[in-house]
Amino acid sequence: MNHLENIKSDLGNKFSKNNFGFSNQFGNDAIEVPKEAILPLMRHFKDSGRFDFLMDLCGNDFPSREKRFEVVYQLFDTKTFKRLRVKTQVADGDAVDSIVSVWKGANWFERETYDMFGIIFKGHPYLRKILTHHHFKGHPLRKDYDPNHQQHCSDVLPVHFENDDSYIIDPNRNLVPLNIGPSHPATHGTLRVMVELDGETVNRSNVELGFLHRCFEKMGETHFYNQAIPYTDRLNYCSAPMNNMGYCKAVEKMLGVEIPPKAQATRVILAELSRIIDHIVCIGANGVDLGALTGFFYLFGLRERVYSVFEKLCGARLTVSLLRIGGIANEPPKGWYEEVLKVNEEIKKGINEIDKLLTNNKIWIQRTRGVGGISIEDAIEYGYTGPCMRATGLNLDLRKADPYYGYDQLDFDVPTGTTGDCYDRYLVRLEEMRQSTKIIDQVAKNIPAGDYTIRDKDIVLPEKKDVYGNIEGLMNHFMLVIKGIKPPQGEIYDATEAANGELGFYVMSDGGPKPYRLRARPPCFAIYQSFSQLIDKGLVADVIAVLGSLNLIAGELDR
Amino acid sequence: MQNNLEIKTVDLETQTQEFLRTGGFTTKLDDIIAWGRKNSLWPMPYGTACCGIELMSVMGPKYDLARFGAEVVRFSPRQSDLLIVAGTITEKMAPVLVHIYQQMLEPKYVLSMGACASSGGFYRAYHVLQGIDKVIPVDVYVPGCPPAPEAVMDGIMLLQNMIETHAPRPWRDNWKVPGFLQAAEGNHP
Repeated sequence: MNHLENIKSDLGNKFSKNNFGFSNQFGNDAIEVPKEAILPLMRHFKDSGRFDFLMDLCGNDFPSREKRFEVVYQLFDTKTFKRLRVKTQVADGDAVDSIVSVWKGANWFERETYDMFGIIFKGHPYLRKILTHHHFKGHPLRKDYDPNHQQHCSDVLPVHFENDDSYIIDPNRNLVPLNIGPSHPATHGTLRVMVELDGETVNRSNVELGFLHRCFEKMGETHFYNQAIPYTDRLNYCSAPMNNMGYCKAVEKMLGVEIPPKAQATRVILAELSRIIDHIVCIGANGVDLGALTGFFYLFGLRERVYSVFEKLCGARLTVSLLRIGGIANEPPKGWYEEVLKVNEEIKKGINEIDKLLTNNKIWIQRTRGVGGISIEDAIEYGYTGPCMRATGLNLDLRKADPYYGYDQLDFDVPTGTTGDCYDRYLVRLEEMRQSTKIIDQVAKNIPAGDYTIRDKDIVLPEKKDVYGNIEGLMNHFMLVIKGIKPPQGEIYDATEAANGELGFYVMSDGGPKPYRLRARPPCFAIYQSFSQLIDKGLVADVIAVLGSLNLIAGELDR
Repeated sequence: MQNNLEIKTVDLETQTQEFLRTGGFTTKLDDIIAWGRKNSLWPMPYGTACCGIELMSVMGPKYDLARFGAEVVRFSPRQSDLLIVAGTITEKMAPVLVHIYQQMLEPKYVLSMGACASSGGFYRAYHVLQGIDKVIPVDVYVPGCPPAPEAVMDGIMLLQNMIETHAPRPWRDNWKVPGFLQAAEGNHP
């Protein structure tokens, strides 16, 4: 509470204290303010350096309330790693001040909130739909929107640029509009980039997203807590177990349970293996985009080895869904941890091979060094996290800053870059893979004994032998499947360090078996916002290099 | 015994005429072409999501789709005859998919990989197209979420069998651009 008291006294000097409601739920500090105070409050937070980072911005809908909507801001401090949630209420059709003038990164988050809820942001430079298609009527995350109501889209928007919907080519300037994607080998299937070329140089650019908006949040809100786990898998499908972990950790925190040491260790192993295969996809795909197909074949061989380990644990390869709220789904088979260590050795060799193949490769260096660089200040402004943030030189890793599952007792380093360009991002990822193998070695050699899950009848399904063997187990299983897990009322924002950066889950419970609000804070959504800035005035060939190095995963970008 | 033996004279000219008339030769040519087509499918991967990553594994070193003559992955619809739709197709993506399909040259085949492409999967949701067969004709559906690479190969072998046996494809012959897309037809270059 000390931290919250500090904020309270700090704000008391500047704002009239009576208006603000301070609270602390599940260890999260929150303040509720009237909507007029939002803009000055945010500016104060940023200018005073107390909270310099806008982590997330989203909406909430309460149809029965007088002021129907709520805008929720998640703030973060890059120096003390403290968090603060700011909430404000808005009536239907009413507007709240846009904070794009404070953080550039608020731009897309506000557009998304507008798209999903219809909350208007006054002073926003370009308040349009972002995830749903342009023929879409209504706001899908409102509680009165039927989740199964599809609306067909008949055409694709022509090339357009921000602030300029009626784009016409200027005949006096020799500029050529060029559309890249969404189906283009270098745009990974679902990204659309539109550039205006002056010869080979990009004059200006714009991106369009939403081609893979699969309604994760709506699906989460219409399913039970445990049923949402497979949906989290498909957020970042390159490293599915990490997404499981982020979600389960948030719900576990709400339930107030701590998972046993063996489950923690296994989760750490799964997370680090996922980090490795995620970076493999990133580096491999980036290499393919730039013409280095060999790297892809080398790296995907390694990936298959990791898959074989996942397969032994749960039967699935890519979308594993093997974590449960309260632990993991089943006991790892005999000799599994030894197998992990064996695979780890192969990965170490593989990383060295990639190092030899790319790090000093002249073509690779010339295509990536000095391309798409960004400064620390700009990165904070946009809300960068993960390897892309660390490549700029800021040492921010939640495994060190806010350790969970015993990361603080492990020996590993957080690599950082200097210039934040594509080559630095590659080097940071490569080194992170090395550090991950180091972590796996430490953990897999010292697996604690004990159970793989907690044994709380209201949270975890009984073992199969009890379900088929005695009536109590059968009833327990039956009740849990039908009624679901019921966390206490309240809300939580909890984050983990995923492969791309901070993956946060904002979960709100009304005491029922389904989350009232389930929001994922995807790392690459914030990163992709800066894309236009990264490629403007560069060469068109560099667009591809930058796109690959940011590691955009459409599943979490569009949710 | 010798008297019972009937001596038949073979009129080569007549037999050749007869052979051609019944279409014997052209059928053989069809078979040869079908054999060639079956063994040189050039896939155009339309990977949008998780299945796309698994499709990369199918192309990758362990499973190696090249063994099926599906040698080079072409990202250009003009150079491919097999459209592998791997991943969720949203309402926003549907016009793009139809556009790509129309650009492919005949004969063309479609393989729908995974639950999302085949039926919308577990996304019973407002922005997801509930199966690509709502907009383009599909020859083979591969189940799974995502399917294992072996399943994709099985699907490709099924398709090869269809091509080899000249299986009729009424869904393909009767296909037309769906109504909600027809308005936009003229806009495409």
